[in-house]
Amino acid sequence: MDLFKSLIIILLSSVLVNNYVLSRFLGICPFLGVSKKLDQATGMGVAVTAVILLATAVTWPIQKFILDALNLGYMQTVVFILVIASLVQMLELLLKKFSPSLHKGLGVYLPLITTNCAVLGVTINNINDGFTFLESMVNTLGVGLGFLLAMVLFSGLRSRIDETNIPKPFRGLASTLIAASFLSLAFMGFAGIVENIFA
Amino acid sequence: MSQNNSLSVLLKGILKENPVFVLILGTCPTLATTTNVAGAFGMGIAALAVLLCSNILISLLRKIIPDSVRIPCYIVVIAGFVTIVQMIVQAFLPPLYEMLGVYLPLITVNCIILGRAEMFAGKNSVGKSALDGIGMGLGFTLALVAMSTIREVFGAASFAGIAIPFMEPYKIEFLVKAPGGMLVYGCLIALVYAITSGKAPLKKSFTCAGCPNAGNCHTACTEAPAAAETEKGDAQ
Repeated sequence: MDLFKSLIIILLSSVLVNNYVLSRFLGICPFLGVSKKLDQATGMGVAVTAVILLATAVTWPIQKFILDALNLGYMQTVVFILVIASLVQMLELLLKKFSPSLHKGLGVYLPLITTNCAVLGVTINNINDGFTFLESMVNTLGVGLGFLLAMVLFSGLRSRIDETNIPKPFRGLASTLIAASFLSLAFMGFAGIVENIFA
Repeated sequence: MSQNNSLSVLLKGILKENPVFVLILGTCPTLATTTNVAGAFGMGIAALAVLLCSNILISLLRKIIPDSVRIPCYIVVIAGFVTIVQMIVQAFLPPLYEMLGVYLPLITVNCIILGRAEMFAGKNSVGKSALDGIGMGLGFTLALVAMSTIREVFGAASFAGIAIPFMEPYKIEFLVKAPGGMLVYGCLIALVYAITSGKAPLKKSFTCAGCPNAGNCHTACTEAPAAAETEKGDAQ
């Protein structure tokens, strides 16, 4: 039961409190770039969730059984980024071959994900936080869901901004960032909720 | 670009093509490490070192690397230099290492470095690439220091960790939190646009033009090739 509780706390805190996009700024490029339309935002969110789950499932054992065992901890960055890049490439090839319809939906987002800092960030953070394999996977799922939630909420917010008349210097990215700031402010309200959820 | 002398290659990164406020690259570290001036300066210098080294090496290797596998090659070169910088910082500046945390290894996926490798170092001579690396790195550092100064002085009433007593009653703690970072960044982009009155090739909206994957990616950023073209046109 305690295990279950701690997993729920990890999940909720990575979805709401430590939302990667809104409070840690990881993966902010696709958040600002691909959030104009709801369907694109959802597609990107789902693709990122799938890739980070896969990346964690592969990099955690690599760190524990290869890098730590051989005392090669300093190779972490190089190994992880290569593993992620090849994983993404492989996933794209597999999707293309076995599920063309899914490839049509998600494939276009995959090349963009290699250089998404959320992917490298979450795999490194899982190691730094000393999570077990199960905890890492739950944390990663939370990060993915949090990213999806932020993307969907923000695409709604942006469709409203596009209809308004804003002063010229603020048009484009400046107003987008300010809107993101308000969304992030709303998410700050979740701080302290999760720790007390079972109290 | 060919008629540009080396001085303008060096200087364009500082204001005209400032990577942070004009090219809008490297948003993650810009927002995350600017809560205090010391961390922002450290991040800027670390990125400058990686950018300079990777630009030089990639420019040297530009005729050897086959075109089809250039992105993975660039990533390996960059990740190698990031690891070196990471080890140096960990050995000689442990407080900075603690402060930057995960954002130090994340220099690997900083769009500025891969973007400059793809846009400049892969096409230009070693000397020019080195100058471009220094210019862009300085522009990045200056932008980070400017933004962190605003956030630290008004948000925490201190500068590089030194308290400013008369600011104490007026500090706005919101600015050093996550939403404050986005607010300050948005306002500064608007300010740079207003100062240059649109002369700088400011992007109308966030596109993937600077992203090295723009060529591979179709639907997600259909406007990217067009934006990249206009950007080149404006720069000339």
